[in-house]
Amino acid sequence: MVSSTNESPVPGGDIPRQELINDAVIRLAGNSQDGIQTIGGFLARLAGRSDQDVITYMTIPSTISGGPSIFQVRIGTGEVLSAGDQADFLVAFYQHSYEAHIGSLREGGVLIYDTDHVKPNLDDKRFVNFGVAITGLTIEAMGGAAKDKGKNMFTLGLLARMFSLQVDKLRALVTERFGGKDEGILRSALVAFDAGFAYPADSALKRYFKFAEAETPNARPQVTMDGNQAIAYALVAAGVRYGAAYPITPWTSIMEILRAELPKYGGIFVQAEDELAASSLAIGAAYAGHLAVTGSSGPGISLKQEMLGWAVMAEIPLIVINIQRGGPSTGLPTNVEQSDLMQAIYGSHGDAPRVVLAPRNVEDCFHTALEACRIAREYSVPVVILSDQSLATRIEAFDEPDLDAVFVPPSLDLRPRSADFKPYALDRITQHAPPGTRFEGTYPTVSGLEHDEAGHPTANPAMHMKMTAKRREKLKKLAATLERPEIFGEQEGDTLLVGWGSTWGPIREAVRRGRAEGMKIGQVHIRHIHPLPPELERIFSRFRQIFVVEMNDEGLYGFGQLASLLRARYALPNIRSITKTDGLTFKVREILEGVRRLGGDAVSTFSLYPDL
Amino acid sequence: MSTGTLDTPAPRPPLTRKDLRADHPTWCPGCGDFAVLASFHRVLEKMQLPHERIVTLAGIGCSSRFPYFVNSHGGHFIHGRALPFASGVSLSRDDLHVFVFGGDGDGFSIGGNHLQHAGRKNIKMTYVIMDNSVYGLTKKQTSPTSPIGFKSKTDTTGAFDRPINPMNTLLASGATFVARSHATQVNHMVEMFERAMKHDGFSVIEILSECVEFFPGAFDTSVPRKGGSFVAIEEKRGDGSPEDANRHDPTNLESAFALANEQWPGVFGVFYQVNRPTKNALEAGLIAKARERTKGASDLDLLRATFNRLR
Repeated sequence: MVSSTNESPVPGGDIPRQELINDAVIRLAGNSQDGIQTIGGFLARLAGRSDQDVITYMTIPSTISGGPSIFQVRIGTGEVLSAGDQADFLVAFYQHSYEAHIGSLREGGVLIYDTDHVKPNLDDKRFVNFGVAITGLTIEAMGGAAKDKGKNMFTLGLLARMFSLQVDKLRALVTERFGGKDEGILRSALVAFDAGFAYPADSALKRYFKFAEAETPNARPQVTMDGNQAIAYALVAAGVRYGAAYPITPWTSIMEILRAELPKYGGIFVQAEDELAASSLAIGAAYAGHLAVTGSSGPGISLKQEMLGWAVMAEIPLIVINIQRGGPSTGLPTNVEQSDLMQAIYGSHGDAPRVVLAPRNVEDCFHTALEACRIAREYSVPVVILSDQSLATRIEAFDEPDLDAVFVPPSLDLRPRSADFKPYALDRITQHAPPGTRFEGTYPTVSGLEHDEAGHPTANPAMHMKMTAKRREKLKKLAATLERPEIFGEQEGDTLLVGWGSTWGPIREAVRRGRAEGMKIGQVHIRHIHPLPPELERIFSRFRQIFVVEMNDEGLYGFGQLASLLRARYALPNIRSITKTDGLTFKVREILEGVRRLGGDAVSTFSLYPDL
Repeated sequence: MSTGTLDTPAPRPPLTRKDLRADHPTWCPGCGDFAVLASFHRVLEKMQLPHERIVTLAGIGCSSRFPYFVNSHGGHFIHGRALPFASGVSLSRDDLHVFVFGGDGDGFSIGGNHLQHAGRKNIKMTYVIMDNSVYGLTKKQTSPTSPIGFKSKTDTTGAFDRPINPMNTLLASGATFVARSHATQVNHMVEMFERAMKHDGFSVIEILSECVEFFPGAFDTSVPRKGGSFVAIEEKRGDGSPEDANRHDPTNLESAFALANEQWPGVFGVFYQVNRPTKNALEAGLIAKARERTKGASDLDLLRATFNRLR
């Protein structure tokens, strides 16, 4: 929390002190049914409408209902890269919320607690303790029948007062969310909100806060959404109208969105009986001439592997989305991990080259999904999008994409084909003629068997080698067109941090902090996981040591999954790993600690068995 | 939406069986599947469907090689997954006639689950199961329809798992057209095919098709030429005659189950046929309603409106 004291009073009340802040991490801790996600969601949307940056972070229990849960919102006037290592403000609804999360509050931070449920250690003078009878006051405001309902709206009002938020915009957001259904619900929500807002926070807190206004308002309005929404709407923008899936956390929200949205666009999304059927169904639609999507999370993706291999062999354009979670098996369903990289690249059987892309933040989820669709169409290949639990559920505000520029209408090419048409011609990228296309002569059969240029099955060894090469070469052709990754921070020096996927923000923040501390440190983030972009080798050669930061295990030989691939690809002994598997996103501190811990080591002293 | 045209202006010569033949079948000489293929060619010729709108799809197994032997668009998919694959084709392309071919292993074993769901969702397609009661492509292992006592490489002393009753399974799946035929009865097969193709919904035909290599004579008891009897179902005609009371009403599920439970090899013909909304039609209805609500807004307008709400 960067702050300065501003003595000017705000309109509508005499406020003794108002601190101007640029950045705040607010952690809301309660149970999953308290609606803390709703509070966080409103704060994030408000930030988006106020030209601020925002990143949220949530944990939900892997239980059917109830259980401890947190929602963290980091709002910043300026770039926000991570959800924050420590909280500046902690809202604790229960004793367990307090006990589990007081350790995440920074010294000097503000503890806001519900005096009806929480007895904090008031002797602990490291924090500003601010107790409010949230439960009792909510019931008082809403009437006896309210029970625990409305606590979240009361708290939102309280925060609105504490942070001098723009109440009009907030009330508008509440009205948009709850209006239109049952009028009573909106009325109750606003009653609770007003009661929270009316609470004289300054009597106990002695001060209020206010976010600095953005110096340069964004040219475009911001949209606020989570990573799964960004992917779903990008698929719609890219012309995807058919898909199928089976529910699994944290993938499910994408299928829920597509099931609701696609009919408006003339499309169909099917909830299939299992993952195998879902991927087969999507492939059926793709074979029929549409770009189609299927998706899942870890274990569900494993079940799709046989179909993915078929799509590689038959060269069918298909989008496969993997919202990674902790594994193996059902693992940690509601926690984050990046341990499906090898599965994404090599899963299935045989040599089955496909494209793998990983978005770095919510905005990039949108653009990665667009790019995935373009590549799938152009190269007639399955494309895997590797997102993860943290990206799926976190909310960010970003400049609204130029929809006119990115929009691709769906198309179905049924132009008649001549007698000499060969879908799998060896001298070009495969072009299918979907069913419904009129042929002169023989009609094509699409198959998982090795085939000749016309698509007829063949076990000819020479043809298998040629077709294997054909499937491989189109990916190399794609690789040559990919943009060279940029280096953030030092362009050469001691340390290069390499990452992929959702770790982009924390790594970037680590580079900023490291440079401020005098480290010669840079960052390269790899979005095109397979094939890799060109010129990585040249970038690697500029740094003494390279650390691949990823949320997976260090493996038998001390290297995470991407690090293993990069070592295999570039044969560089100075590529090492900073990995973790605690199911939580990287803290900036953890990355810098990793660099310090390993940075002093001479590269050659790496030992397979360090304890021996 | 389409950049091409479905109805090409060029005049179409009538479709002949010759036009419908593709690669020479790789089945063993004498295989029952040849007759199924010949009947399919015959019915296509009779129906004169637009050639390019015929799609033959299959999973894995001897019978699943079918698409290679029909000159039409076709797909040879993964073991057991032909039905969901075909569902994707059918639901996204209402202009196509989707046919799925498979065997007892593909349909009742590895893909058994999918049969239940294609049936209950009533996805529009015709599914033909060529049942030979043995795994032929992998050279004689027990199949889900192998009779008790059948000696195979996986049951050298004789199979003892209770075999699946295919007709029971098909009726229970919710399929809206369920029929049964025999590879030695070409005319009967053609009739079943034709009725299945005209049915609006999930139509399925089980055809007993002998594997001459690994289970010869499996279905002789229903071949008159070999001393058996081919018992065709007599359907109700509604003519008010006294005999009609004893004839089978294909809209009566209970009576269809009763036929399915008759002693093997049982009877042949249409066991069950009813009209129920197809998933294709229900999804189209969902689209029509959604389109009505959006009042003809373009796709891009709709997306813009969504993003406005996300501000």
